[in-house]
Amino acid sequence: MKLTTLLTTAALATGIASASMADAIRMGTEGAYPPYNFVNDAGEVDGFEREVGDALCERAELECTWVTNDWDSIIPNLVSGNYDTIIAGMSITDERDEVIDFTSEYFPPDPSTYVALAGYDGDLSGAVVAAQTSTIQASYIASSGATLVEFATPEETVAAVRNGEADAVLADDAFLADIVNASNGELAFTGEPVSIGGGIGMGIRESDTELKDKMNAAIASIKADGTLTALIAKWFDGRMVKY
Amino acid sequence: MSCAQTFTDYAFRALGYGERALPKADISLCEQIVLIGSGLIWNVYFAVVALGFGFFFASLVAFGRASDRKWLSLPAATFIFLVRGSPLFIQFFIVYETFVLLPKVGWDINLGFIEIGIETRWLTRAWLGAAIVLFLNTSAYTAQIFYGALKSVPRGDIEAARAIGMNTVQINRRIIWPTMLRLAWPSYTNEAIFLFHATALVFFSSFPAWQQRGDSLYYASYFADKTFNPFVPYPIIAGFFILFTILLILLFGWANKRLNRHLS
Amino acid sequence: MFNHCADPSLVDGLSWWSCYLTTGKHINFYQSFLVVFALLLLTVPIILAFGFAGALARRSRMLPVRWFGLGYTSMVRGIPDIIFFLFVPIAMDQGIEYLRHQWKCSDWLEPVRQGNDFVVCTAAKMPLGISPQWVHETYGFLLATLAFAIVFGAFAANTLHGALGAVPKAQLETAAAFGMSRGQIFRRIHLPQMWAYALPGLSNLWMILIKATPLLFLLGVEDIVYWARELGGTKTARFAYPHPDWRLGYFLVLLVFYLGLTWVSEKFFNNLTRRVSKGQTTIGGTV
Repeated sequence: MKLTTLLTTAALATGIASASMADAIRMGTEGAYPPYNFVNDAGEVDGFEREVGDALCERAELECTWVTNDWDSIIPNLVSGNYDTIIAGMSITDERDEVIDFTSEYFPPDPSTYVALAGYDGDLSGAVVAAQTSTIQASYIASSGATLVEFATPEETVAAVRNGEADAVLADDAFLADIVNASNGELAFTGEPVSIGGGIGMGIRESDTELKDKMNAAIASIKADGTLTALIAKWFDGRMVKY
Repeated sequence: MSCAQTFTDYAFRALGYGERALPKADISLCEQIVLIGSGLIWNVYFAVVALGFGFFFASLVAFGRASDRKWLSLPAATFIFLVRGSPLFIQFFIVYETFVLLPKVGWDINLGFIEIGIETRWLTRAWLGAAIVLFLNTSAYTAQIFYGALKSVPRGDIEAARAIGMNTVQINRRIIWPTMLRLAWPSYTNEAIFLFHATALVFFSSFPAWQQRGDSLYYASYFADKTFNPFVPYPIIAGFFILFTILLILLFGWANKRLNRHLS
Repeated sequence: MFNHCADPSLVDGLSWWSCYLTTGKHINFYQSFLVVFALLLLTVPIILAFGFAGALARRSRMLPVRWFGLGYTSMVRGIPDIIFFLFVPIAMDQGIEYLRHQWKCSDWLEPVRQGNDFVVCTAAKMPLGISPQWVHETYGFLLATLAFAIVFGAFAANTLHGALGAVPKAQLETAAAFGMSRGQIFRRIHLPQMWAYALPGLSNLWMILIKATPLLFLLGVEDIVYWARELGGTKTARFAYPHPDWRLGYFLVLLVFYLGLTWVSEKFFNNLTRRVSKGQTTIGGTV
């Protein structure tokens, strides 16, 4: 019974959508997490995900507009329809998957790493660790023995390590790599990387199955012809990912 | 899990007692109410500390502002202008950023019978740092209210007090100060409500939450984030605030009666 | 902007600053100051309208209307504005879309709430999905304006209610003795007299409104706080103009802006008070 309702729903949605919507969708991102996504000096959304998103939209023949939204409210604003996709370095997790749907991944699972002031050699399991609120890293530290300090933006988590508020920061490896490189030896990686969360996928409303299918097809297509591999190499210091 | 169990687990979670892990999946209404209520302890704490200390400091600043001596009135006026002229949100940010830049040092202060360690890093913790910001904020607003009331104290009262031989200190303490309070009380009640509401900004702006101990808004946004539904936790916290605002108004109304009890 | 800015890595000193301060992002930052002014100017008439409606409702002769007025003013006074802003705009947005959905797509069979999703037909979307970005931004801004107006309208209602009650009864009775109707008394005597009593409260409200504008970014509007945070954040070599964490500097600029704005406002209101209270029997009034 439930299945039938679902099927008709999908069919109806498809019918109406293709009839009236001129294939324009809105892409929601955070715009504060280089190299995944950031706002460049011209004031436009830029970064790895900007290029991936634009490539996907081209393949799926969609007209895409980019919007930025604070990380805290990025999912509520998707489900209430302020934009149609989340493309913001969001790891695919079971918790999130209960509320929204994910496309297949366009970036492999990235280990999370700790960064501390250079020369730090304390025991991370009992340390004070900074993380961004409502990230997988924050819930990982909360359930470990370490002391969690939460900040609203990635920027503040790194600042907390610099000014001694926290011993270390836990975040995606690629985000921290940039920061460590630019710090002139002030900051350094420490401890072992931890694997939390799956790969990164695009978040889409559960009711929006049509868009999800389109995006999945587009992702498969940019994986197949090597476009994605090239983009990853471009934005992540030559990292090689085979699809 | 029964609601009573939830209560024992989480009623004091905001202070770090009870169950360490916050609810993650299948979040019940009871869990939301208990945890948001637990966070309210911090809102009440901030309000009590800021209003309690701010009241006396504001009285001093108001008298300073009204003073004929320039070296007293100028700093008081500047302080009032700086604080009242800028948004609390930005004050929080700037003060926090300044506090984290301070060198992290500690002193031991020997009081003879007990030794107290004081550390500057406490300033970056919400319990001290945010309390200081709120204290300074309410002091400035209250001082302005008190200063306005001070100027409306009837001249006749002061002359009568002088006539029966009171000295300046006595006049200030027994005549001017109580009259000023009486005149300022309605506006001061409003300021207290604003300050209580402003405590919701503490963890929302700059001060980080340690080990997931935060105020009621911290937990409300935690639930809004976990359940992805803002329409349950935010009305709950709104209800809590309405309730406590009513309590605050009753308390101040009672104080007002006491201040005016000699008037028919 | 300038020709010498074509390659930012080659410039330094003053010319670096001239390039840095004129990037597209900085232009956005400067424009966002206009957003703050636009919000202030747009909300004021709506706040006054809500305030009058609330104040008149509280003085109404019909009990339910009076209750409504009292409920509105005391409820909004009891909730911190920040919490109000966190869910009321989303609720308003969904409410508007729901009404449009009922009106435009009455043949739509599926429920509007599907699990966590809020789904309305494409034609009911506010604004339409195909609208350009500026329409979306304007719509978001108008929702924010409305949210501000609801909150501050309640405070204005309180002030206006008090001011209407403060006009000396004798004046109104005299007017009635002259044979004026209720409407005439209100328009010709009560209302003009009321302003002198309402002005201190309203000027105070204006100051509070100015200082509440940084909360705009909570409502998803790209205001000065948003850009200050964005511009001040550490910029790695990926950006054309790398720099360390400069957020404190940008926030100090905001601080100066707000101090200036409140200072000018205070001067303006002092002048206005002097003018309005001319001939009034209050302390500030000159006979």
